[in-house]
Amino acid sequence: MKELKRTPIYPEYAELGAKTIDFGGWDMPVQFSGIKQEHEATRSKAGLFDVSHMGEILVSGQHSEAFLQSMVTNDVSKLAPGKIHYTIMCNENGGTIDDFLIYMLKEDEYLLVVNAANTQKDFDWLNEHNTYAAEDVKIVNVSDDYALLALQGPKAEKVLQSITDTNLSLIKFFHFDQPVYFTGIDTGALVSRTGYTGEDGFEIYIESAKARDLWKLILKSGAEEGVEPVGLGARDTLRFEANLPLYGQELSSDITPIEAGLKFAVKVDKQADFIGKDVLQKQVEDGTERKLVGLEMIDKGIPRNSYTVYSDGEAIGVVTSGTQAPTLQKNIGLALIKTPYTEVGTEVTIQVRKRELKAVVIPTPFLKKG
Amino acid sequence: MSLPKDLLYSEEHEWIKKEDGKVRIGITDFAQDELGDIVFVELPEVGDTLEADEPFGSVESVKTVSELYAPLSGKVVEVNEELEDSPELVNESPYEKAWMVVVEPSDEAEFDDLLSADAYRDVINEDD
Repeated sequence: MKELKRTPIYPEYAELGAKTIDFGGWDMPVQFSGIKQEHEATRSKAGLFDVSHMGEILVSGQHSEAFLQSMVTNDVSKLAPGKIHYTIMCNENGGTIDDFLIYMLKEDEYLLVVNAANTQKDFDWLNEHNTYAAEDVKIVNVSDDYALLALQGPKAEKVLQSITDTNLSLIKFFHFDQPVYFTGIDTGALVSRTGYTGEDGFEIYIESAKARDLWKLILKSGAEEGVEPVGLGARDTLRFEANLPLYGQELSSDITPIEAGLKFAVKVDKQADFIGKDVLQKQVEDGTERKLVGLEMIDKGIPRNSYTVYSDGEAIGVVTSGTQAPTLQKNIGLALIKTPYTEVGTEVTIQVRKRELKAVVIPTPFLKKG
Repeated sequence: MSLPKDLLYSEEHEWIKKEDGKVRIGITDFAQDELGDIVFVELPEVGDTLEADEPFGSVESVKTVSELYAPLSGKVVEVNEELEDSPELVNESPYEKAWMVVVEPSDEAEFDDLLSADAYRDVINEDD
């Protein structure tokens, strides 16, 4: 068996009661106190996540903007230093290679924060398509340099503000500041107002060697506000309720971002050509044969990834994610199904192991905030 | 980890309690702890027949579905209806309130395959 990789926070897990699992080659905490408890803590107070397994790829050089424009669906020319885009990177068929964030660090320097399991694939894909000279577009996998913590929830800003002099209220959604110094830690961090939970909150990139100190500092200073460590289990239910896609489920090399409802991140009108543009442009204009919808169970049962969806005996698609949503207390799922069945209120059935159970198409996002 | 001495156990993490010619079946404390928050329990109906080592229902946590494997063959004579509305009982009271089915065993010889509390403890320690 291959040795599992560990984040700098790993030594803290056991004492906090974590159960760990192999997550894409990483020994990661799936839960600490329990998924429902951690989910609720994040929605009502704040949760601290170790997501240091995420990959970071640095793209720099005088032609880096032009290069990225040709690789991703969002319009990189609209970025400015301190600003972040969510974007998709597609193959020639419009299928998704990965979805990630692009941080514009400064002129001609971008940090791509990618799904852990896709890091090497993304790195290779970028390199294969880099036709510029090495000094004009430089691509470096810097994943090992960064640890990443996320503090998410309504109390996130208050807690984080208590340990830094940087005015965090000035960091707007999808923006970042750096260096941000925290009490007693002598290395500056990059702090962005981003996340994967549907809550307000921050993601903090810090030198790996300092990450454990920061983790302990946040838990200690946030204890009074009810900050808890949160594992990947609740991270999944939180992102699911907020309709944030998970690569490998809502997105894959066979699923385009338009099918997955991510048109907002696909700028088919931008001047630059990018890989997959023809297909995606056509899908924007003509519509797609299948779409991602929300489903709620009518019968008792829970929809799960890969369950088949039927209408009158005909297979019309597949469930991509599903669970009993902790905040909403409903058995709901996301499913990629044929477009004629995607209207809200349409009744379908889902094969839940041996039983075919009734479900209905419901509006998304499931969780409506504020 | 609670492992009552007066129960029998299966390698699939069920407990079995003998009660005047019948057996009561549930899942162990170890199993509920491994699964995490239980949100759904699917059980057979009274009158259904269980076959040893075959799935007879499932337990779903927030994250996963786990099949329940019959530790013994026999006819289902009682089902714990309370678990339909209160699946969390499996986490709270795995050996008492969250019993799942009562079965009339059809093959006494199958009892030989069940484990004592000590033998079951060895099974879970191996899993670790």
